[in-house]
Amino acid sequence: MATGLSCREAFCRELAELGRKNPEIVALTSDAKGSTSLGVFANALPDQFIEVGIAEQNEIGMAAGLAAVGKRPYVCAPASFLSARALEQIKVDVAYSRMNVKILAVSGGISYGALGATHHSSHDVAALRAIPGIRVVLPCDEIQTVALLRALEADDEPAYIRVGKAAMPIVYGPEAEFTVGKASRLRPGTDLTIIACGEMVRQAVEASEQLAGEGISAQVIDMHTLSPLDGEAILAAAEIGPIITIEEHSVNGGLGASAARLTATHRPVPMRTLALPETGNAVAGPSGEVFRHYGLDRDGLCRAARELLKAR
Amino acid sequence: MDLRELRGKAVGIRRDLLNMIYKAKAGHTGGSLSSTDILTALYYDALRVDPANPHWRDRDYFVLSKGHSVEGLFCILADKGFFDKAELNTFCRFGTRLIGHPNNRIPGVEMNTGALGHGLSISTGMAKGLKMSRRSNRVYTLMGDGELAEGSIWEAAMAASHYKLDNLTAIIDRNRLQISGDTETVMAQEPLADRWRAFGWQVVQLDGHDMAALVAEFRREPARDKPRAIIARTVKGKGVREMENLPRWHHGVPDAELLASAMRQLDAQERSA
Ligand SMILES: [Mg+2]
Repeated sequence: MATGLSCREAFCRELAELGRKNPEIVALTSDAKGSTSLGVFANALPDQFIEVGIAEQNEIGMAAGLAAVGKRPYVCAPASFLSARALEQIKVDVAYSRMNVKILAVSGGISYGALGATHHSSHDVAALRAIPGIRVVLPCDEIQTVALLRALEADDEPAYIRVGKAAMPIVYGPEAEFTVGKASRLRPGTDLTIIACGEMVRQAVEASEQLAGEGISAQVIDMHTLSPLDGEAILAAAEIGPIITIEEHSVNGGLGASAARLTATHRPVPMRTLALPETGNAVAGPSGEVFRHYGLDRDGLCRAARELLKAR
Repeated sequence: MDLRELRGKAVGIRRDLLNMIYKAKAGHTGGSLSSTDILTALYYDALRVDPANPHWRDRDYFVLSKGHSVEGLFCILADKGFFDKAELNTFCRFGTRLIGHPNNRIPGVEMNTGALGHGLSISTGMAKGLKMSRRSNRVYTLMGDGELAEGSIWEAAMAASHYKLDNLTAIIDRNRLQISGDTETVMAQEPLADRWRAFGWQVVQLDGHDMAALVAEFRREPARDKPRAIIARTVKGKGVREMENLPRWHHGVPDAELLASAMRQLDAQERSA
């Protein structure tokens, strides 16, 4: 896979394009123009850019007010701060009030691996999935980021888009199409299914290639929308066989936990839910090494696949 | 409406909200009575709104940041015809639209509030957005004094003056009480005017039950390039002697006898309006 842009950079470049066409689009940031890659938007469209200073609660509340008077606000800031400090504003001012605010939450999960738990967001999907009225989207590469942004810009409903920090390998071809709320099947397979989201998708693709060499046929599903979750895709996967989920998030309340609730209710199958542990904060360090430590990579997926098939 | 009619209207709104709270056996009585005159001056004199067209593009925006004092707002919206007055009988009933806080499924309500400390950020965003679009609509928000302990209020206060939002007016219902008692004991607010001035606001202090003062201030063209804070000195429970200045009436509900006494007092106020 060729390396492309980081999802945050792809998002902000496309947002600047959309903003040129529609002057009602405004971008807000809380002293995170650099961290979010929003410089391209701010330079091109200074009259549509709002710096709010280091004040995430006010940032989300203001975005809701901007939406109330007909603007199309995009809040761009680190996931860790938006999804914790400003959670009440997201819950009340955006989701409950049904304001058309789109939130680009950058450096999600353990992107800021070495900076410690203050900067990790391993809770955000769980927190936001429990709030009705806001969609949660985790794109995996630049192609998907741009396509999902265009789809979200076309509607008037709130969304939380969580991306990482690093440049990402390009998983999809340029013509790929996506529907918010509908999972994408990346690889067919007949023995088991890997369901991944966000930056774990490329690991799932690599694992399926590795497993193919071992004679194991692993289907890969990209669950780019975590709320609303595509339950049909999960239950269709359960018809094939065991399921492995993988996510850059706590094992509690995210993709794996939510998929397991569905299969346990409707179609029990053996499962493994690869995620960050619930026992303590993630070990700090460069995110690649942290992923390896917790088995959140190709090798971890292959181990889980072999175990599941051996047990069958 | 002239001042006499506005004063009479405020008495009528107090009657309606007390009846509504009595029927529902629930409500935030004290703060609704302290803010009734402010809301009356806003809705019957200052705000450009159209009950037949709640989403009118040229309307002024009002955000009730102290969302728990919703009773007066509901009675005013119904009285103005945003929705049928009979619906007030459903206040706080199972499945009602008229829950104990503002909700924008109700015609005339802009935003869902109730968690304190949100209204000023929302209003700042509205005022900023209107300025960006060179629209002349004005934005008003009403906050409680106890609410000012929320940090997000001061994030917004800082931002509104930074952006020079002279289309924004924040009114503080300064009744000096919150649910646990005296604001100065729970978490001191003084020197309140100095705090707002230090954050770059134009500050006006007035008697929040003086209809003439309220109307004159809302009609005045505010100073350029600064948001305006109106500190309205009020009495929690205003208009009903047995409730005035007592923290337990924050969400106390009157019994039949007290309701009758309240109505007699309001009748007398109407005659002297
Ligand atoms: Mg008070």
